[in-house]
Amino acid sequence: MIQFKQVSKRFPDGYLALNNVDLDVGAGEMAFLTGHSGAGKSTLLKLIAAIEHPTSGVIAINGHNIVQLKPAALPFLRRKIGFVFQDYKLLFDRNVYDNVLLPLQISGFDSKVVASRVRAALDKVGLLKKEKAMPVTLSGGERQRLCIARAVVHRPLVLIADEPTGNLDMGYAREIMAIFHAFHQVGVTVLVATHDAALLKDAQYRILFLQQGKLAT
Amino acid sequence: MIRAWLSQHSYVLVQVLKRMVASPVTSLLSALVMGIAFSLPVGFYLFLQNMHAISGQNSVTPQMSLFLKQSTTGQDIAAVRERLQGKEQVAHIQFISKDQALLQLQQSGGAGNVVPSLGRNPLPDAFVVDVQNAHAEALERLQIIMQKWPEIEYVQFDSVWAERLEAILSFGRVITILLFTLLSVAVVAVMFNTIRLQILTRRDEIELSKLIGATDGFIQRPFLYFGAIQGLIGGITAWLIIALALQMINDELKTLAGLYAWDIHLQHLSNSDSISLLLFAAWIGWLGARLAVASHLWQTEPGS
Repeated sequence: MIQFKQVSKRFPDGYLALNNVDLDVGAGEMAFLTGHSGAGKSTLLKLIAAIEHPTSGVIAINGHNIVQLKPAALPFLRRKIGFVFQDYKLLFDRNVYDNVLLPLQISGFDSKVVASRVRAALDKVGLLKKEKAMPVTLSGGERQRLCIARAVVHRPLVLIADEPTGNLDMGYAREIMAIFHAFHQVGVTVLVATHDAALLKDAQYRILFLQQGKLAT
Repeated sequence: MIRAWLSQHSYVLVQVLKRMVASPVTSLLSALVMGIAFSLPVGFYLFLQNMHAISGQNSVTPQMSLFLKQSTTGQDIAAVRERLQGKEQVAHIQFISKDQALLQLQQSGGAGNVVPSLGRNPLPDAFVVDVQNAHAEALERLQIIMQKWPEIEYVQFDSVWAERLEAILSFGRVITILLFTLLSVAVVAVMFNTIRLQILTRRDEIELSKLIGATDGFIQRPFLYFGAIQGLIGGITAWLIIALALQMINDELKTLAGLYAWDIHLQHLSNSDSISLLLFAAWIGWLGARLAVASHLWQTEPGS
């Protein structure tokens, strides 16, 4: 599902974030991406959604090379991906329901099905009772779960999460991981970047270890 | 497919209207600024239109009035008519008998009151001749020839004042176009700035939308709608300002016209002109938004 072939990413300031990375995450697989901060985890995830572009190498999502994609085709790639952002990127001018609604509006879903889709996504992350709440009133864990609901509401093929438990205590973190596990169970390809050792210790999934821009398995 | 498209667009429309209602003072002020900007050139245009209408439907067509001698008979009149029809410059002939002329004078007010005190009808029979657009010299020659006809008392050539008026009106039209252009540019600039501020305050939403797969069209849509609707409201405001101004002017004119027994009142824009104004205003608003969107959206490109 996610394939990297000799992918390197050098930033304009000369910093080499990824160095000749080969990677293959199969369809329906769940994997962790770990490494010290600054090892290139976020960069790798951004490359998958074409938020950043590689300096060299080939990246294929679902068998399609995305490196040569025209700007007009990018939105349609991104709609196949659910992205759980490190900083959540919630919109504070609208309530929980409308935050989750946004991806469906963007994809142009018929207004008749959106309400049930949004509520189903909120239900999965346990926020159904808070659909009218404004994001400011949510706790850290709730905001994180809201971000996950928004990432999965349009039923993406791939779910990628950047430090989804970074700011949360252990109880919340386990809850969040259980949610990802549930998506993996229904066939979604899941890639989670984390440096949370406690989470990795008892994980039964493949762990990809990034070190100074190189992948060591 | 089409229903999804429609529901998307109507959703955007509702969102934009909600946003306008949410900040009523700003929206009203913008509408007022645009309304005033549009009402100036449109008002000027209307003034010219009304001038043109008052000065006669076909003031550009040169007209000659042939006044016959008091002694003319029916035969003379027929002879003059025949000779006029023979001239190739003559486009249209209208005969006004002395009785008709007197009747018109009585009805037109003003000098009409003095008619009963006259012992007999002092007015001559006359032909009013529309001449085809010919060279001024040729028309003058025609005038001289007709002056020599035995039945003719006097030939009056009416085109000079009409030409002068036409020149003034076309000068006015140039000024109208200039005003229209300048103020339209001003409105585009105002709209550009409004939308630019909106884009800046909604940066987070735009950036996130791009990250989760929004097309440029999706992102631009609310801003373009906003521009067009704001422009439309500006156009409606301009229409209302002019309607109000005309109401006031016509009230005054009624008194004035009553004194002189004129029948003048200024007309508002015709239906098709009104629709043109509204469409144009909406388009101008859209254009300002379009320019703002084009110059600012790239700044929110993720990864740049």
